[in-house]
Amino acid sequence: MNYLTRRLLTFPLVMLGVSILVFFAIRMIPGDAITAMLGTEAGLLTPAQRAALSEYFGIDQPILIQYWKWLLGVFQSDLGISVTHGKPVLSIILERFPLTLQLAIMAMVVALAVGLPAGVFAATRKERPSDLGVRIFAMIGQSTPNFVVGLLLIYALSAGFGILPTMGEFTPFSVDPLRNLSQMILPAVTLGFAFAASVTRISRSAMLDVLSDDYVRTARSKGVPKRRVIWRHALPNALIPVVTLSGVEFGYLLGGAVLVEQIYALPGLGRLVLEAILQRDYALVQGCVLFIAFNFLVVNLLVDLLYVALDPRIRLGEGG
Amino acid sequence: MLRAIFSHPSGRIGGAIVLLYVVIALLGLFDLTPHDPLQQYRIDRLKAPSAVYWMGTDLFGRDVASRLMKGVGQSFLVGISAVAIASVAGTVLGLTAAWFGKLWDGLVMRVMDVLLAFPAILLALLIIAIAGPGTWTSVAAIAIVYTPIFTRVVRGPALSIKSREFVDAARTFGSSKTYILTRHLLLNLVAPLTVQVTLALAWSLLTEAGLSFLGLGTQPPASSLGLMLADSRNLMEKAPWLLIFPAIAIMISILGFNLLGDALRDILDPKTRSRTA
Repeated sequence: MNYLTRRLLTFPLVMLGVSILVFFAIRMIPGDAITAMLGTEAGLLTPAQRAALSEYFGIDQPILIQYWKWLLGVFQSDLGISVTHGKPVLSIILERFPLTLQLAIMAMVVALAVGLPAGVFAATRKERPSDLGVRIFAMIGQSTPNFVVGLLLIYALSAGFGILPTMGEFTPFSVDPLRNLSQMILPAVTLGFAFAASVTRISRSAMLDVLSDDYVRTARSKGVPKRRVIWRHALPNALIPVVTLSGVEFGYLLGGAVLVEQIYALPGLGRLVLEAILQRDYALVQGCVLFIAFNFLVVNLLVDLLYVALDPRIRLGEGG
Repeated sequence: MLRAIFSHPSGRIGGAIVLLYVVIALLGLFDLTPHDPLQQYRIDRLKAPSAVYWMGTDLFGRDVASRLMKGVGQSFLVGISAVAIASVAGTVLGLTAAWFGKLWDGLVMRVMDVLLAFPAILLALLIIAIAGPGTWTSVAAIAIVYTPIFTRVVRGPALSIKSREFVDAARTFGSSKTYILTRHLLLNLVAPLTVQVTLALAWSLLTEAGLSFLGLGTQPPASSLGLMLADSRNLMEKAPWLLIFPAIAIMISILGFNLLGDALRDILDPKTRSRTA
């Protein structure tokens, strides 16, 4: 069985495993589900009301039947009702997702715009002081948690320039693109910082590999200018690991950047999960986790497919 | 080994940082701090760094340097415990999956695939949602997040070592399974495991700080670097030392473990030497 077929076959299995884990993990929370859903208000219920609610939510049935019904609901895009929002979980998730998607795309643009040229620059100046400088920048970037970058950026802007980033009501891109971008640029730079460091490291390493290949040496000895060899001959081949890394990082970002969304008060998916956990809104936690894991798996699968398309050597191999 | 680390540029810097970090952590854990980290000097609230308070004081008049040392100790405790659990669990699972193969291998690796299907912080949040916030929940959450990574790191090489002649020879001589697993397989996996442990420590410090920053890790009044950063948010203009010192402490400690991990990878796997920055 080749790599691609195996990946495609295991996808639904892993997704099924994720659904089992999410469903049963939520039910491991101590106490009964009604108390978990209603909190202290559950104490005001009469036994009859409690029984009626258990029947309404289907939690009076055996756990496997509950799982089966929940799974059927998931296939029909029904992730349940959020207790705190009083709305279907999926509609809340879909309200928050565009912001998370936009933030992930902007962070990736920042990371590639900084990381790729920096990596190529360092590779072409191997072991020189400029290479060392880029490597130190990349190492510091990778070692700085994004919420620390965010806090330091906010401090630098407010102390150095007297500007406090706007953290008021969030404006969607479709309503006012300029205001939206002014609110999103700092979070994108914050998230893109560590991502750029990873891109720098991987593109430097990939370029060093490619630059030592025979075809690059042949091109140089034929008199092709160095700049052309780097950008036209070497870079396209060095892009494969960069594409893979960017895809995987993008998958992570689609799960919501909990900490960065929290610092900049952005109502994205990550903050939604955090709020749901703090408010003990389990239908929402369950729905969000399933949605995020699904996105993460789909993006990883797409990255694998792209990787196979870019590098035919692994099509029949034993990778992964 | 130590000589190799200290003759490697990243190893030298990383090793020195980690050593300093461990000393500060131990001083913090054993309460050998300049002041009591919980003592509130009310007349000295929000004091800038001085000879008495090296890193200033916070809103309650507590000494930031002492809280930082205590916080480093706390992060170290969480990080070390989580990575110890994850590395032992991952190694046992990876080794047994490679050795027994078939159904057990399939079962272990599919469960690991499911755990790897979650972004790390999300899985940690899910575990905290179940068990409630706290220091030991953070340890459990970080350990569960990193166990699949250790399992994968161990299983791959263990599979290839298992088919080598010396393992066949040991079997022929009648060595027990436990002996072969611990003496032949495990000893040959020390190198990749050492690298992974160092890098996992960097990640676990980062995750612990993040969880505490969100209010889901170490709980006040105990001290943690993430908690200190969360407290600094509304006071950063008035008292920047509340932000700067914990931020630098987190960055440098993670940097130290990353540099050391990179150096170890270079030393133990010369194929990657000078390619990874």
